[in-house]
Amino acid sequence: MADGDVTADDALTAEGGVTVVRRRARALSALLPGLPQIIRGRWGAGSAALLTWVGMLWILLSRDERVGAAVTSDAWDDRLALATLLTGMLTAWLWSWREVGRAHAPKEIGVSQLDLAARAFSKNRTAVAGLIVIVGLYALALVTPLVAPHDPNEQLGLLTHRYLGLSAAHPLGTDQFARDVLSRLLYGARISLAIGFVAVGISVTIGTLIGAVAGYLGGVVDSVLMRFVDMVIAFPRLVLLITIIALFEPTIFLITAVLGLTLWPGTARIVRGEVLSLREREFVQAAVALGYSKRRIILKHLIPNALAPVIVAATLGIGHTIVLEAGLSFLGLGVQPPTPSWGTMVDDGRANLLDAWWLATFPGLAIVFTVLSFNLVGDGLRDALDPRMRT
Amino acid sequence: MSGRAPAGAGADADAREPRGPTRPQGAAEGRGGAPLLSVTDLRTWFFTDRGVVRAVDGVSFEVRHGETLGIVGESGCGKTVTSLSVVGLLPRPPARIVKGSSIRFRGEELVGADEARLRSLRGNRVAMIFQEPMSALNPVYPVGDQIAEPLRLHRAMGRARARAEAVRLMGEVGIPDPERRVRDYPHQLSGGMRQRVMIAMALSCKPSLLIADEPTTALDVTIQAQILELLAELRARRGMAVLLITHDLGVVAEVCDRVAVMYAGQLVETGTVRQIFTHPRHPYTKGLLASLPSVDRPGGRLTAIPGTVPNPRRWPAGCRFRERCAWAMSGCEEPQELTALAEAGRAVRCWRATGQS
Repeated sequence: MADGDVTADDALTAEGGVTVVRRRARALSALLPGLPQIIRGRWGAGSAALLTWVGMLWILLSRDERVGAAVTSDAWDDRLALATLLTGMLTAWLWSWREVGRAHAPKEIGVSQLDLAARAFSKNRTAVAGLIVIVGLYALALVTPLVAPHDPNEQLGLLTHRYLGLSAAHPLGTDQFARDVLSRLLYGARISLAIGFVAVGISVTIGTLIGAVAGYLGGVVDSVLMRFVDMVIAFPRLVLLITIIALFEPTIFLITAVLGLTLWPGTARIVRGEVLSLREREFVQAAVALGYSKRRIILKHLIPNALAPVIVAATLGIGHTIVLEAGLSFLGLGVQPPTPSWGTMVDDGRANLLDAWWLATFPGLAIVFTVLSFNLVGDGLRDALDPRMRT
Repeated sequence: MSGRAPAGAGADADAREPRGPTRPQGAAEGRGGAPLLSVTDLRTWFFTDRGVVRAVDGVSFEVRHGETLGIVGESGCGKTVTSLSVVGLLPRPPARIVKGSSIRFRGEELVGADEARLRSLRGNRVAMIFQEPMSALNPVYPVGDQIAEPLRLHRAMGRARARAEAVRLMGEVGIPDPERRVRDYPHQLSGGMRQRVMIAMALSCKPSLLIADEPTTALDVTIQAQILELLAELRARRGMAVLLITHDLGVVAEVCDRVAVMYAGQLVETGTVRQIFTHPRHPYTKGLLASLPSVDRPGGRLTAIPGTVPNPRRWPAGCRFRERCAWAMSGCEEPQELTALAEAGRAVRCWRATGQS
């Protein structure tokens, strides 16, 4: 367990001169939230706060026209971007301010398993780095309308702006339709990350419920549900997608739904296995003895206890789904042009890989780094959530 | 008796009056008249692929208001299955309460009662505490929330009131600094503290019957004594009845009013603690008492009962203790009932003992 962790501040708070040190830290945190924490050694949370603050401040100042326009805009993504910007800055600032003011003895009363896992996770540097990248990517995706230099589908001039290499005006060049690659990459991140998140959200919800019900009720219910799971696993996803594309227009919503509705059996199996062992534990017996209903036992007592492996699987699953979506889009089965997604961008760049290397390379790298980050976080979570791995 | 078919046994018991011949006479006497819990001819059998395990095979006893009844017996004698049958916690399948069994709580039949009714009794009127405090609390919630949950469910209390009541209960069961401890998670508490939390949970809705299944077995001896003392004190203060399941005669002597000795799925002897400890009548009870270590006879070897419990798939006919009994005689293979003795409140299932009286 992670008690007995004494931070550098305990020494400071114990001595005189505390107030001076704290006042300085306060002042610093008011200007550059996160910096006092980085100085004290909490580099993970500190740099996240600092990056958020500086990055969003930069957006606010350098894109003031667009921020101004967004305030009066009716478009939902403008509003969302604005809300992200403001909450991001506010959170970073308030967190740092309060963190500086707080006493730093580790919490002793009411330390949950989750607190212990968070302590273990924060010691894993690669995983924390991965988490920062992921959070950064999602934040970036949300504020994209304020940041992106161009509209992703805007053709800047077919005669003058095709296949431009990297330059200050177009940091990642332009493509065969004279569109700005950086803008497309940013908007593509929105599509790819959203599909990954929502599809996994759907599959985790369905999988957890079905797995928990099957595992707890057992008997016929279990047999029927698990045979249904086997059937879904046996169903070829690619064939399903091709059929859907042949029948309907493949919207992003449809692709997300198909991915979400075909990925849940893995989660269902994990949760069922977990519940099978949990239901023999005495606290479940005690819950029955206290007169709790099956519904309450499943939702309130079993599922929260079975969640650790689900969180790990979901994190790895988002990475997996992003690759899957990219693959489908690459094959033309996913997001349809001109909507940018990382998969379609790689597909677009494929033909010109030798002449215009930047077209396929940057979206390809984006996929690799994103998925890598998810995998690092997933591995970190697995270690942190497994009590046997804690020191 | 073992030759009887299950259906026959059921029909037989059905026809019986609630106060049938298996019930020791005088058991219904005492405080408050009608017993709080009365179990009649309880048969809980496990229907497995390899045959029927008759874990509880015709058990009858009563718990009166405010008294503590101890059920004693070695591992596998069916005492835990008996207690689980009362709360309806049996793993079904394979376990089933055979037709003809009756469990009445305040006169209300629980065998075959619908699930919603049972749920409204459990944790509310009948509560249970378990052997293993390490795993009997949900690891993901603070203990205060777990004590408050039955109150919110059965007593429809609001969050704040239930929380305040949880703090009060934690104080009542002797947890120091309850205002802070309510926020603790189970892994932050010691075994003894967790057992106290369990007791607080079980007692939150002021049940009239508490079933305690080996409540102190997993604790070290000093903590055991504290927990037993706490249980006795709470029982006295709240006037609640306790059904204590244990293999430890020392525990029985300390907290029980009456004892039922269980062997091979049946009760072999019942009586008050004093009666059982001073004049055991059944050879098995005698054996159990003789095998207790004693400070008065230091250095001596402990006496063990020879042999092992017979296979529950094939109970022997007649006395099930026969093969291990030093006093076995030729008539012992005849079926026998728990027979009331002349002494008030006593009953024994032994030809020798009943012959003597």
